[in-house]
Amino acid sequence: MTENKGKVVSINGNLVSVEFDGNVSMNEICYVFVGDTALKSEVIRIKGNVAQVQVYEMTDGIQCGDTVEFTGDMLSADLGPGLLGQIYDGLQNPLPVLAEQAGWFLERGIYADGLNAEKKWEFTPTAKIGDVVRAGEHIGTVPEGPFTHKIFIPFYLLGNYTVKSIADKGEYNVKETIAVVTDERGREIPVTMSFKWPVKRAVKCYSERLAPTQTMETKVRLIDSFFPVAKGGTYCTPGPFGAGKTVLQHTTSKYADVDIVIIAACGERAGEVVETLTEFPELTDPKTGRSLMERTIIICNTSSMPVASREASVYTSVTLAEYYRQMGLHVLLLADSTSRWAQALREMSGRLEEIPGEEAFPAYLESYIAAFYERAGYVRLPDGSTGSVTIGGTVSPAGGNFEEPVTQATLKVVGAFHGLSRERSDARKYPAIDPLISWSKYNSVIDSEKLEFCKSIIHHGDEIGSMMKVIGEEGTTLLDYITYLKSEMLDAVYLQQNSFDLVEANCSRTRQRYVTDKLVYILGSNYALQNKDDARGFFNRMRQKFIDWNYTEFESEAFKKAESEIDELYSKSDGKISAPAEKLLKDGE
Amino acid sequence: MRVNKVYNRIESITGNVITVRANDVKYKELAQINTRFGKSLAQVNKIEGDIVSLQVFAGGQGVSTGDEVRFLGHEMRVSFGEDLLGRIFNGSGEPRDKGPALTDNMQPIGGPSVNPTKRILANRMMRTNIPMIDMFNTLVVSQKLPIFSISGEPYNQLLARIAMQAEADVIVLGGMGLKYDDFLYFKDALSKGGALSKTVMFIHTASDPTVECMMIPDMVLAVAEQFALQNKDVLVLLTDMTNFADAMKEIAITQEQVPSNRGYPGDLYSQLAARYEKAVDFADSGSVTVLAVTTMPGDDVTHPVPDNTGYITEGQYYLKGGRIEPFGSLSRLKQNVNGKTRKDHRALMDAMIRLYSSYKETLEKKNMGFSMSRWDEKLLKYGELFESRLMSLSVNLPLEAALDLGWEILADCFEKDETGIKSDLTDEFWPKG
Repeated sequence: MTENKGKVVSINGNLVSVEFDGNVSMNEICYVFVGDTALKSEVIRIKGNVAQVQVYEMTDGIQCGDTVEFTGDMLSADLGPGLLGQIYDGLQNPLPVLAEQAGWFLERGIYADGLNAEKKWEFTPTAKIGDVVRAGEHIGTVPEGPFTHKIFIPFYLLGNYTVKSIADKGEYNVKETIAVVTDERGREIPVTMSFKWPVKRAVKCYSERLAPTQTMETKVRLIDSFFPVAKGGTYCTPGPFGAGKTVLQHTTSKYADVDIVIIAACGERAGEVVETLTEFPELTDPKTGRSLMERTIIICNTSSMPVASREASVYTSVTLAEYYRQMGLHVLLLADSTSRWAQALREMSGRLEEIPGEEAFPAYLESYIAAFYERAGYVRLPDGSTGSVTIGGTVSPAGGNFEEPVTQATLKVVGAFHGLSRERSDARKYPAIDPLISWSKYNSVIDSEKLEFCKSIIHHGDEIGSMMKVIGEEGTTLLDYITYLKSEMLDAVYLQQNSFDLVEANCSRTRQRYVTDKLVYILGSNYALQNKDDARGFFNRMRQKFIDWNYTEFESEAFKKAESEIDELYSKSDGKISAPAEKLLKDGE
Repeated sequence: MRVNKVYNRIESITGNVITVRANDVKYKELAQINTRFGKSLAQVNKIEGDIVSLQVFAGGQGVSTGDEVRFLGHEMRVSFGEDLLGRIFNGSGEPRDKGPALTDNMQPIGGPSVNPTKRILANRMMRTNIPMIDMFNTLVVSQKLPIFSISGEPYNQLLARIAMQAEADVIVLGGMGLKYDDFLYFKDALSKGGALSKTVMFIHTASDPTVECMMIPDMVLAVAEQFALQNKDVLVLLTDMTNFADAMKEIAITQEQVPSNRGYPGDLYSQLAARYEKAVDFADSGSVTVLAVTTMPGDDVTHPVPDNTGYITEGQYYLKGGRIEPFGSLSRLKQNVNGKTRKDHRALMDAMIRLYSSYKETLEKKNMGFSMSRWDEKLLKYGELFESRLMSLSVNLPLEAALDLGWEILADCFEKDETGIKSDLTDEFWPKG
């Protein structure tokens, strides 16, 4: 803490103006004193000798003349072992610790360290005396849950450092000095297992950024096959309320093929966080066989918690994600919902009396959103390994209308768009991602030509469907009607997926390929069906067989039996595979 | 103790907001202002140097630049205790009934939010004996649900019935912009129903000053929270939240805030959420459940108030044509409880809704003049029975009786295998004879 002090001169909501003497920097953290309580705040504008600060707490009771102490530091996250499995608020206060100190409520002015200072970790040095190291390179490791947690030279140390001394293998807490390094001028710098990093600055201690080409499996067929997400990529999920955004993210957080999942509950319901907290410790991570909570960090700043720390919460989350990426791990950050973050920006902008942009959002909305998503990426690290941060954000557009500023600004910068539609969720077609409007720039888990084939059935079926609404079933030709039934079947057995069934929800890449081949075969066949009733009957039976098949464990006896029933039904139908479909299946092999 | 300073010079009066030059004033502090029409409370909502803005609870009308402003040194508070039960107050916390003013055990309002780790998963059903709620969209203890409705619908009647029948220890009712006859109706219905003794009311009627309207939810929820911490299950009923949002809009515009959507302030979502999120089930203590009427101007669910509300709450009841519509309504938490009521509950609920949706399609076909098949006739009979015997708001049945009635209706219209319900359930529950 610096000696720099100021005093309050005006208060408007959570925006407080402070008169100061010395130097104050932008985004510096300061504390406003109300009696004995110090309220954490951040400088967001400086004019002459008056700094405007946003207070991360309720501002009731502040009066002109109250003392303000500047810290000289920017808002920072504590990085070190012990982050996994934690539940933090937007400022990285562990909520269970706050509950011990303050009881039922989040009383203002009570803060706690992000990392447990008492806990001992088993440190194994990997660097030797005399080694030359740089920021973001590791000098030792500790085991943390299922992972090997690397201990880094702090990211803020610029230039080359020489290891002067390093601790022996043994147990240390995060505050103990485990090494001393010297800079080029011979100054000694002690290194502990933890350090602080300003959350609004991206961590760039990697050698190079690589293109996101590896698909990140979510086990959701509609996503992995049709609108895939890549490791190190970005995607957004806009949708009206009740369309299933949160359930979809919840499913992804359970089954996604990554090492670590960070859930940023930003301005949403507290009840949903409680659900995750109750459920996750009971679930097993299929990759490690340990509790799912051990690979999860929850940053929760629910809708009734102060708005300014809601804004900070997305940055805190992405900083933790970048930290674990530096260890060569694949991290998925799920932010629900980025609209609430944008609204937090709007509220502050309004109080600052800035000239409003569209729907009163500030003019810098787009660049802020872009900068946030740009912190995702697949990188090569100094030690040659690779790691990634993937960001998936939900968007809650007002009135479910995607034309609004937050959705539009997000669509410009993400690599995949999963648009949820009210029609699909009303028809109980889950996940309610609309295949007609969604898109992705990443690689699918299935062959691209087969994907095109499936997509063309969906599009063609939709055209016939809308025509049928006008001219009725009678006016539609049998051939068109069959195409329509094919698209309905594809939708029912492949696009829709029950996220509450353990087997059905967890559909692997291999299974998706296998099922797609079967679908291409059946949907790519021509059938000698006599009339529409026959056609409807046949596809209804086929659909039912497929759905039963979906619920069986992959490659189990039941799976093979259900598959043989599909084959049997097909062979009885006089279906003949068409030439293009046959070629597709042949090329794909 | 600081001496409460008195100021005799009001610098400006705009709408309901006045400014005075004063020092040592705290943000959100209360003041009392003496006008020729009597005393009113006022609350500090902006401080710039020595210029202090206050919103006057009784409104700016008739306030003179020479009126006396006395700062009280504390924020808005509400008295709490058992003696609140059966009482009626206004938005300033003053009695609306003939009872004495309460000043004991004053509690601050609009307090901090509950630590999420101190909450427990909502898993207890709250019975209301209204089949469309208990059976189809079960209300869960600690849930927050709006009743979306348009003007003219009997939403206050519905609220009054829920207040009388719900399994709650304490009812706290907040009226915002209530018509005076609706206020009388609540008072009358609750005392006739015998629920008045477990009810506290905070009422702002349409003719009362706007600023008091904004205080109602915070007063109601502060009282509810205190009861919940005393191990009580509290049901909060609010009507109507759209009036609350409009009051915020009025004050924001008066203070020249930049509006965001249709004139509403940019923090509408946060403001609504701060109130709704008070719904809670405390680990090892009581709970707060919130039901709030939100009227939709022009039946438009994309209007900012219902839209923002939908993103905050755990579903909604959609009141239309005097009935709780099964399609627009949704209780997101119902699956937490309806698996452990009776084993036929979920299957029967799904089947009845599915058949009702087929009935709607048939009705459409019928209206377009298509001929009706035998199956269509069955659906038409079913739809009518369903609407008159279960959907009507006048039906008053415990859940088990409603489920039995559901089976009866099905048996009246269909054969067992036409319902699509698993046969082990139809074998057990299908009415005999």
